[in-house]
Amino acid sequence: MSYITKPVARHPKMPRNALGLTPRDYEGTMSTLCAGCGHDSVTAALIQAIFELDVEPHRLVKLSGIGCSSKTPTYFVRDAHGFNSVHGRMPSIAAGANAANRDLLYVGISGDGDSLSIGLGQFCHAIRRNVNMLYVLENNGVYGLTKGQFSASADIGSTSKAGVANRQGPIDPVNLALSLGATFVARSFSGDKAQLVPILKAGFRHNGFAFVDVISPCVTFNDHKGSTKSYAHTREHMHEVIETDFVPLRAEIKTSYAEGTARAVTMHDGSVVKLRKVDDTYDPTDRGAVLDYLGEVATRGEISTGLLYLEESGEDMHGFENTVDTPLVELPHETLCPGSSALAELQKEWV
Amino acid sequence: MRPTNTRDPQYYHRVVDCQWACPAHTNVPEYIRLIADGRYTESYMLNRKSNVFPGILGRTCDRPCEPACRRVRVEDEPVAICRLKRVAADLRDDVRDLLPTAPAVKNGKRVALIGAGPASLTVANDLMPLGYEVVIYEALSKPGGLMRTNIPSFRLPVNVLEEEMDYILDMGVEVHYNHRVESLKAMLDQDEFDAVFIGTGAPKGKELNIPGRQEADANIHIGIEWLEAIHFGHIDSIGERVLVIGVGNTAMDCCRSSKRLGGTDIKVMARKDRPYFKASPWELEDAEDEQIEILVNHSPQKFVVEDGKLAGMVFDIVEWNENEKGRLVSTKLDEVFIPADDVVLAIGQDNAFPWIERDIGIEFGEWDMPVVDRATFMTTREGVFVGGDAAWGPENIIWAVEHGHQAAISIHNYCQGTPVSERPAYGMNLISTKMGIHEWRYSNDYDPVDRTEMRYVELEKRLSDMKIEAELGFDLKETAREVERCLNCDVQTDFTANLCIECDACVDVCPVLCLTITHNGEEDDLRQRLMAPAENLDQALYVSEDLPQTKRVMVKDEDLCVHCGLCAERCPTAAWDMVEFDLLTPYAGQESWTSPALAGSTTSP
Repeated sequence: MSYITKPVARHPKMPRNALGLTPRDYEGTMSTLCAGCGHDSVTAALIQAIFELDVEPHRLVKLSGIGCSSKTPTYFVRDAHGFNSVHGRMPSIAAGANAANRDLLYVGISGDGDSLSIGLGQFCHAIRRNVNMLYVLENNGVYGLTKGQFSASADIGSTSKAGVANRQGPIDPVNLALSLGATFVARSFSGDKAQLVPILKAGFRHNGFAFVDVISPCVTFNDHKGSTKSYAHTREHMHEVIETDFVPLRAEIKTSYAEGTARAVTMHDGSVVKLRKVDDTYDPTDRGAVLDYLGEVATRGEISTGLLYLEESGEDMHGFENTVDTPLVELPHETLCPGSSALAELQKEWV
Repeated sequence: MRPTNTRDPQYYHRVVDCQWACPAHTNVPEYIRLIADGRYTESYMLNRKSNVFPGILGRTCDRPCEPACRRVRVEDEPVAICRLKRVAADLRDDVRDLLPTAPAVKNGKRVALIGAGPASLTVANDLMPLGYEVVIYEALSKPGGLMRTNIPSFRLPVNVLEEEMDYILDMGVEVHYNHRVESLKAMLDQDEFDAVFIGTGAPKGKELNIPGRQEADANIHIGIEWLEAIHFGHIDSIGERVLVIGVGNTAMDCCRSSKRLGGTDIKVMARKDRPYFKASPWELEDAEDEQIEILVNHSPQKFVVEDGKLAGMVFDIVEWNENEKGRLVSTKLDEVFIPADDVVLAIGQDNAFPWIERDIGIEFGEWDMPVVDRATFMTTREGVFVGGDAAWGPENIIWAVEHGHQAAISIHNYCQGTPVSERPAYGMNLISTKMGIHEWRYSNDYDPVDRTEMRYVELEKRLSDMKIEAELGFDLKETAREVERCLNCDVQTDFTANLCIECDACVDVCPVLCLTITHNGEEDDLRQRLMAPAENLDQALYVSEDLPQTKRVMVKDEDLCVHCGLCAERCPTAAWDMVEFDLLTPYAGQESWTSPALAGSTTSP
C-alpha cells in the first residue's frame, strides 16, 4: 500500500473530453490492492472508458459486494454515487437503484467469489431481469482476500500457490450468462486495454445487462506456473474471437473493413459498435452457435475473448415492467403512491 | 529504437536537469537533501567539490540550473536552487579541517596563473593538493577579479568573498599583488614555469562613441571601472539624476549602486523591449523593487553639454521589427531629451590582450581573441592555457570555475607528460533507495507549494549603506519549505526488463503519463504513440529491452517525471526500482572512473 497520495502534478497535454475533464478527474483514491493486481488495470480501463464517454461524474452509480474486486469502486470516479452491499447481494441493490432511477448509469464490480459462489443466485436473476447496467466480473480464480483458496472459476488441474491441484469443475460465467439469456456477453483481459476499453464503452451503452468477464490475475496468489489465470497463461492462450470498435454517437466512422468480416450494431443511444470477426464462421448474434464455438475453443485449452454475444433489440427490466419513462424518483409522491382510495378502487376488480 | 544504455553515466546525468545545465555539474538534488537533513556542512562541501565558491555563488550565480529545473515544466517556478546553496554556506560549521591541503613535499612543477579571478583560483584549488607550486600574478591589490570589483557589496559581502578565496590561497599559493603582467613573452622567455594559465577576464568596458562623449567626459562613467572604483573607495557619490545605459546584469549593479550613492532619479535606458533584456529576471526585479525606472526602446543619440557640463542625453524612441532576413531592425518614431547629472555606460565588456605578443606561437583569431581549444583550454602554444572570460568573452562565475577545473586537468596532464586530449572519464554510482515495500530514503511525496519568496532588508535601510546585504536569505522555516519542492530527479526510475510481467500497474499509476508499454519503432513514430505525445525533444526517451511475455518494450518519456516512485511502489516484481544516481566527476590528478559498462549495477539480475 502506498503511503503517499498520487501527485497532483499533471501532464499539460493531457486530453480533455467534451465536459472539459481529464482522465485524472475520473480517478478515485489510491489503490490499496496488492501492487500489480489485475483489478487496478481494470480500474484504469474503466476510468478511460468513462472519460471517453463524457460521463458526468454525478450521473454514475458504482456498486459492489465484498472481495478484492469489490474494493475497486473506491479507486475510480470519486465524485460518483457508490454502494458497497453485503457479500454477493450487489445485483439486488443495483436492480433496486435502477428501478428507482432509470436515468443514471450503473456499473457493478464483482469478483468470481462474489458472483459465482455466495452471489450466484443474485447474479443469475439480474441477468433474467436484464437490469440495465454494466456488470464487470474481475475473475482471478482465487479467493485473494482470504489468502488464495480456489474459487468457483478455478479450472480443473490448475494449482494453488502451494502446488495442490484443483479437482472440482469450474463455473464459466460466460457460458452461464449465455445460457440464461444475457443480451451482452464479453470476455477480456486486464492486461489488454486496447480490447477492454471499447468493450466497456459498448457495455455502458447497451440497453440491458452488459456482462463482461475480465481475466484479472491475482498477482499474489495466482500468478504462478500452475495457474490458468496468470498473466503469462492468459497471454499465451487468449483467442480473440471478435475485435470490437466503439464509435460514439455523431463520430465519423473511419475504420473500414473487408466485406463480410465486420458487423455494425447500432446501440440504444445511436452509437455504433463494430464487431470484426477474426474467424469468418463466427456469428455473435446466434446464441446457440456461440455456445458451441466457445465450447470448442475451451476444449483446446484456449480462452475466447472479445464481445462474444450481442442482442441489442431486447427489453430491459423497465421494459418488462412497463414503467414510465420518467425515473420513479422524479414522480410526485401522489402519482407514485396514489393513496388508500386508489388501492380500494383497484381491489374492487377482484372482489 | 535500440534499448537505452543506462549504464552510460551521461544518460541519467541528463535526467537531472539542474546538474546537466550546471557548467560545473553540481549535484543539486543531493545537496538539497543534505540541507533538508540539517547537514549544512556536508551540503557545503558537496557544493565546494564542483563549484568551489558556494557562498559566493549562492548569492551571485547566474543560475543556469533554475530555468532547466523540471519544476518549471511541471508547474511554473523552479526550485530556489541558488538560495538554498546560500543556506548551506550560511549555516555551515567551520569547514577548515575538511578542506584539501597541499603536501609539504612539492612535485617540482611551477605553474603561473595570470589574474586572481575565479578561473585562476579554481586552477590553484585543483593543483595545490597535487603538489604544484602555484604562483598568481594580480594587477590589483586584492584577489577576486570581477567577483570583487564588479559585484557590489550589497549583493556579495566582502567577508563572504574573502573567506572562500582564503580557503584556496591559504594552501600556500604564492600571490604577487599589484603586479600587472606586461609581456607574456618576457614571462615565457624566463622559462621559470612549466605551464602558464591566463585568467585575466574581460576587463574592458565598452565605449559609446556618440556626439558629446568627449565634452561630457567628467560625468560619464564606464560601468565596470566605476564599480571597481566604488569597491576601492575612490568614488562615494553620484549626481541625483543618473542614466544607466544598457540592461544587462552589470547595468543592474550600476543602477542599484547609484541609488546607494545618493542618486534619487535613476533610469535604466534600454534600446530594445523586455524580452530582449540581458539581465537575469531576478536582478531586474530587485532593481525595480528599489524604485529604479527602466525605459524601453530608447536608443542613445547624443550627450547634451551645457556650460561645459553634462546636461542630459537625447534618445531616439524606436520600434523594432523583423526584416525579411529575420533580423530585428529599428525605426525611429520620435526623439526625447532626458536631463541627467551622470551617465553610467554598461553596454558590455571586451577582452584586451595588448600584453600578449603576436609572435610567440599563440594564434589569434576572430575579434582579436586567442584561439583556445574548447576541450583542453590550451592555446596553439603548448603549455599556455586560457580560461574564464579571457577564453571566449564574458560569461559568469560558474563557467569560469568549470574552465578552471578543465584547465587544471590539462595542466596536470601537460606537466606529467600525458597528452592534454586524454580526459579522465566520468563514472557513476547507482544505489537503490528502497527502505521497505513502499518506503524510500528520499522524500517522494510531491509537494505542490509555490516557490518561496526571498525577504529583503527594509528598503530605506538597505539603500542607506552600500555594504548592507540586500537579501536576508532563507530562515529555517523557509528552507524546510523550499527543500520539499525539489523533485529528486537524481533518484532514477531504473528498469529491469526481464522482471516485467506487463501488468500495466506502473503505466496506470503514473500521474504524468510518462510510461507506455508498446511495440518498438523509430523514435519519431514512438514519440507520437505514447500515453501522451513526447513533444519535448530536449528530453530523452528511455526504451527497454524486449519484455518477456509480449516482446513489446517499456518506454519512458523523461520530460515530466516527478520521481514520485509510484511506478516502483506499484510494481509487483521490482522491475522498477528508484536508484540514486551519483555522477562521479573527474578532477585533475584523478584516475578515470570505472568504465561505464562496469559501473554499478544495483538492480537484481
